[in-house]
Amino acid sequence: MRDSKPIMLVEDDTVDAMTVKRALKDLKVTNPLVRAGNGEEALTYLRDDNNVKPCVILLDLNMPKMNGIEFLKVAKADEKLRRIPAIVLTTSKDDQDRIQTFQFNVAGFIVKPVDYIKFVEAMKIINLYWTLSELPNSEQESTNANVQTDTACRR
Amino acid sequence: MRTSKPILLVEDDNIDAMTVKRALKELNITNPLVHQINGEEALKYLRADNNHRPCVILLDLNMPKMNGIEFLKVAKADTELRQIPVIVLTTSKDEHDKLESFQSSVAGYIVKPTDYKKFVEAIRTLDFKRTALQQHINHGRQKMQNPDGGRRPA
Repeated sequence: MRDSKPIMLVEDDTVDAMTVKRALKDLKVTNPLVRAGNGEEALTYLRDDNNVKPCVILLDLNMPKMNGIEFLKVAKADEKLRRIPAIVLTTSKDDQDRIQTFQFNVAGFIVKPVDYIKFVEAMKIINLYWTLSELPNSEQESTNANVQTDTACRR
Repeated sequence: MRTSKPILLVEDDNIDAMTVKRALKELNITNPLVHQINGEEALKYLRADNNHRPCVILLDLNMPKMNGIEFLKVAKADTELRQIPVIVLTTSKDEHDKLESFQSSVAGYIVKPTDYKKFVEAIRTLDFKRTALQQHINHGRQKMQNPDGGRRPA
């Protein structure tokens, strides 16, 4: 990835989480992986100012307590969290899930290939893409007031 | 790309638009390229019912009339348009531009390499993302290959 910030994985299945970890290691992606077991745990991590905000979020959909769609609903309404790109990584091929997640402006929707080699290929592209793309500065404040001041200064 | 739907390029500079066109051709990306010269024209295109909805929007930031950030604010507040992924393609390295773009949930922010070969590589990666990342979706269900779920008539 473009920066050394952690990658957040929101996934309830331990075996799936291990597969992601293994794929990132195979691809020599050195960003630390932070794992949350569901949407609620992810929000707790993200809202704790002592934690480094991730550069991207890899999000499973079917999870207990707070699922992926519910997580997106909260995170994308939060001024400080909405800027973090979220990529859905799921086994769900449900059309409704896909339409809904794009309504929440996810940065991608990937149906996890069951084959490990294909899975590594998918992860490779995610890594390649997010190395090419710039990432937002997660600590910077964004207020409309700032934008207005800037415009006023330019005039 | 995964679909045969057009790619919408919003770019005021004709030379830059030609460079994108040339790179797509070189990479054998056959999706038609629809070119609009500012945010206002892009919205007009997107809101006309008889136009094909693009699979992705490549958005320049510095444009006259309605710039990229202003376009994003309108498009992402529109329930019909917000689901189309937008990738910023700009020369601006301004932190504020970057932040404002991601606050509007863009699917990527690419600083255009000035070197043409590097530019082609960047477009290749974009195409990988759009194609390969979604290749496992809906096997054999051609109509469902876009985020809008193919609900709109072609």
